[in-house]
Amino acid sequence: MSLVSALEHAVKKPVFGCQMCGQCVLHSTGMTCPMTCPKTLRNGPCGGVRENGHCEVKPEMRCVWVNAVTRSATLPMLPRRWRDEIDDVRAPVDNRLKGTSSWRNLITGRDKATPVGWPDDGHG
Amino acid sequence: MADRLRDKIERGQLVVTAEMPVIDGGGIDDVRYQLAFMAEYLDAVNATDNAAAHAHCSPLALSLAIKQCGMEPIMQLVCRDRNRLALQAEIVGAAMHGITNVCCLTGDDVTAGDEPEARRVFDLDSIQLVAMANAIAAGTYLSGRTITPAPDLFIGAVENPGAPPYDYRVRRAFKKVRAGARYLQLQISFEAERLDAFMAEAVATGLAEKAAILPSILLVRGAGALKFVNANVPGIVVPADMIARVEAAADQQQACEDEAFALARRALDTPGVAGLHLISFRRDAGIAALCRRLEVGTRSERESRGDHHLLRV
Repeated sequence: MSLVSALEHAVKKPVFGCQMCGQCVLHSTGMTCPMTCPKTLRNGPCGGVRENGHCEVKPEMRCVWVNAVTRSATLPMLPRRWRDEIDDVRAPVDNRLKGTSSWRNLITGRDKATPVGWPDDGHG
Repeated sequence: MADRLRDKIERGQLVVTAEMPVIDGGGIDDVRYQLAFMAEYLDAVNATDNAAAHAHCSPLALSLAIKQCGMEPIMQLVCRDRNRLALQAEIVGAAMHGITNVCCLTGDDVTAGDEPEARRVFDLDSIQLVAMANAIAAGTYLSGRTITPAPDLFIGAVENPGAPPYDYRVRRAFKKVRAGARYLQLQISFEAERLDAFMAEAVATGLAEKAAILPSILLVRGAGALKFVNANVPGIVVPADMIARVEAAADQQQACEDEAFALARRALDTPGVAGLHLISFRRDAGIAALCRRLEVGTRSERESRGDHHLLRV
C-alpha cells in the first residue's frame, strides 16, 4: 500500500467504513459507502430490505442504501449535483483498483475508466 | 409463436406469466408435469436461478426444458453466484438456443439459503447486469469484443414495492429501465396499499409506459406457509391480519385462494399494470383455478380476442 492510499485509508476507514475499492462514489451516495453493503451494490438497495429498514444479511445493521437515499436528500452542504447523482447508473467495479488510492485515481481519471463495451447511456 | 412475451408487451396486451416450480430430480418429465397445470393460461414461464439461495437445476437447462415442452421461457439470472464472465456466457449460450427473454435480479443473499457458508459473488449488481445484457443485445461483450450477429434479447428486471426505502423504489426501477429493462416482474406483495402507491408513482412518472409492470401473486395452502414466507423470505411482509383471517378459516386453502384472488383482482384493476406474474408453492392446478376466477381467459382466448389491455408508446 502506497503512502497516499495508507493516508486515505486512515482518514476514510473510521468515518465511512472505507473498503478501499479505489473508485470512490461517496459524494453521489449521500456520503454512505456502498461497498459496506454485504452485496456491495453500487446502484441502490436490493429487494431484501427488512420492514424496519435493516439489512437482509446483517439484521442488526441499517441498510446502507436506506441511509444513502435519506442522506443524499437531507445532508446539509451537499451540492445539488451530488444529490442528483444518486440516480446515476454506476458502472461495475474495476477489481484491479482494490487497495489503491481513489484520490490518486480521481486525479488521473483512472476511476472513470469503464469497460469498452459498457454502454455510454449506462452512465445515467 | 416466437417472442410472444415481447410481442404482447409491445402491443399493450394483457400478459400472464408464472414461475416454474424449482426442479431437482424428475427430468423433463417433471417439467412437463408441472407445466401441464398452468400452461394454457400463460404467455411465458420463468426459470429461476437458484431461488432463495438454494441450488436447483440451472436456469439455462430449465429454460431449454420449458422450450422443449412448447412454452416460452424467461431465463432469470441473479448476481449472487456468478461473476460477469459467467453471466455473459450464460446469456450468449441461452441465445444460441433461442432463449432471449432474460430477467435480471440481484438475488437473495447466500445466508437466506441452505448453504450459507458459500461465497457470495455480486461482481455486478442487478442494474449493471441489465446494462451488460443490453450491451450484448447491441452486439458487444463488456470488453467491447463484438458478437455477430447480436442476440435479439428481451431484457427484464424485478422491483420490490414492499421493501424500504419505499419512496426510492420507482426511481430504482427507472434506473433499470434506463439500463435497458423492458418489463418489471414485481416481487410478491401481500400489501395492496404498497403496490397501489408504487403503481401510482409509476404512472405519474411515466415508468409504466416505458416498461410493462407485472405484479406477482403467491398461492400457498395455509397460514403456516404465510408465516414461513413472512419470517423467511427477505423483503416480503405478510400482514398479521391476513395470517389471522386464514388461520381462523375452516378451509385454509380456500381462504388463501380468496386472499390471492382479491390481491390479483385489485392489481389487475390498478392503472398501469400490464399483467400478472403468478407463483404457487402448491404444485397443483391452483394457478389455473386463479386464472379462471379472474376471467383473464386462456392464452388462445386472449389472442383471439386481441384486446388491448393498455396502450404503450
